[in-house]
Amino acid sequence: MAFQILLNLMIAFLWMFLNNDWTASGFIVGYALGVAVLIVMRRFFGGRLYLGKVWAILKLAGLLLRELVVSSYVVVKAVLRPNLNIRPAILMYHTELKSDWEVAVLITMLCLTPGSVVLEVSKDNRTLYIHAMDITDVEQFDANIRNTFERAILEVTRS
Amino acid sequence: MEMIKTAVELLFVLLILTGALLSAVSSVGLIRLPDVYLRSHAAAKSATLGVLCILSGAFLYFAFFLDFVSAKLLLGIVFVFMTSPLSAHLTGRAAYRSGVPLWNRRIQDDLKGALEKEQLKEQAKTDSSSS
Repeated sequence: MAFQILLNLMIAFLWMFLNNDWTASGFIVGYALGVAVLIVMRRFFGGRLYLGKVWAILKLAGLLLRELVVSSYVVVKAVLRPNLNIRPAILMYHTELKSDWEVAVLITMLCLTPGSVVLEVSKDNRTLYIHAMDITDVEQFDANIRNTFERAILEVTRS
Repeated sequence: MEMIKTAVELLFVLLILTGALLSAVSSVGLIRLPDVYLRSHAAAKSATLGVLCILSGAFLYFAFFLDFVSAKLLLGIVFVFMTSPLSAHLTGRAAYRSGVPLWNRRIQDDLKGALEKEQLKEQAKTDSSSS
C-alpha cells in the first residue's frame, strides 16, 4: 500500500521534472497520470490498489454525514415536541470488529451521530453499552449499526 | 452573473443560519430533557452538526468570495469531530459509574447487571489478595 502511494508520488514528480512545471496544477496532472498508470498496471501489484481504500474512506465519511443529518433531525424533533414521548434505553451491542483501531472508529461514529452515546466498553473490546435516545425496536437498532457503520468500517480495514 | 453570485451567497447564509438554529435547539434540549444521559445527547450532538454547518459555511464564503482558503476553519471541524464524542462518552461513563439515576421512563438497562458482576469480581480479587 505504502509502496503504491510512493510510486504514485514518484510518477507525479517525474512528470513535474519532465515539464519543468513546479506548480500545484502540474503536480495534480502528474498525480492523475500516476493513478492512470497504477490502474493499468494493477495486475502486477500484490493486493488491491490503494485507491479502493481511499474510495471506502470517502464512502465512510459520506455515510457519517448522512447519519448525522438524519439523526439530528430525529433529535431536534424529539426536543421540540410539546410532550416528551421518547423511550431511552441502555442496550448491549456485540461488535464483530476486532482491532482496537476499528472499535475506536466505531465508537467515535456512534457518539457523533445523535441518538446514541457509548457509555461503557467491556474489557475485551467486544461488547459496547449504548445509551439510545428513542428505541422502537431493539433488533432494528442493532441491525442498523451492523449494516451501516460496521460494514463500512470493515470495507476500509479489510486486507 | 450577479444573480448567480447572490444565489450562492444566499446558500451559504442559509448554511450558517441552519447551524445557528441547530445550536439554539440543542441548548433548548439541554434544559428540557430529563436526565444527564439524554442531555448529553442534545449537548454534544446537535452542537456538532451546528458547528459543522457554521464553520463550513464560513469556509465556503471565504473561499468563493474573498479568495482565501482558510485551513484553520477545516482544522476546527476536525478537532470538534475528534473531541466531542470523547467528552460525551466520558461524561456518560462517569455519570453511570457514580450512580446518577436514569430517567424513570427508560425501557431497558443492560449495563446495570454487567457492572455489578464486574464489581463483584473485583471485590473478590481484593478480598483474596488482602487475606
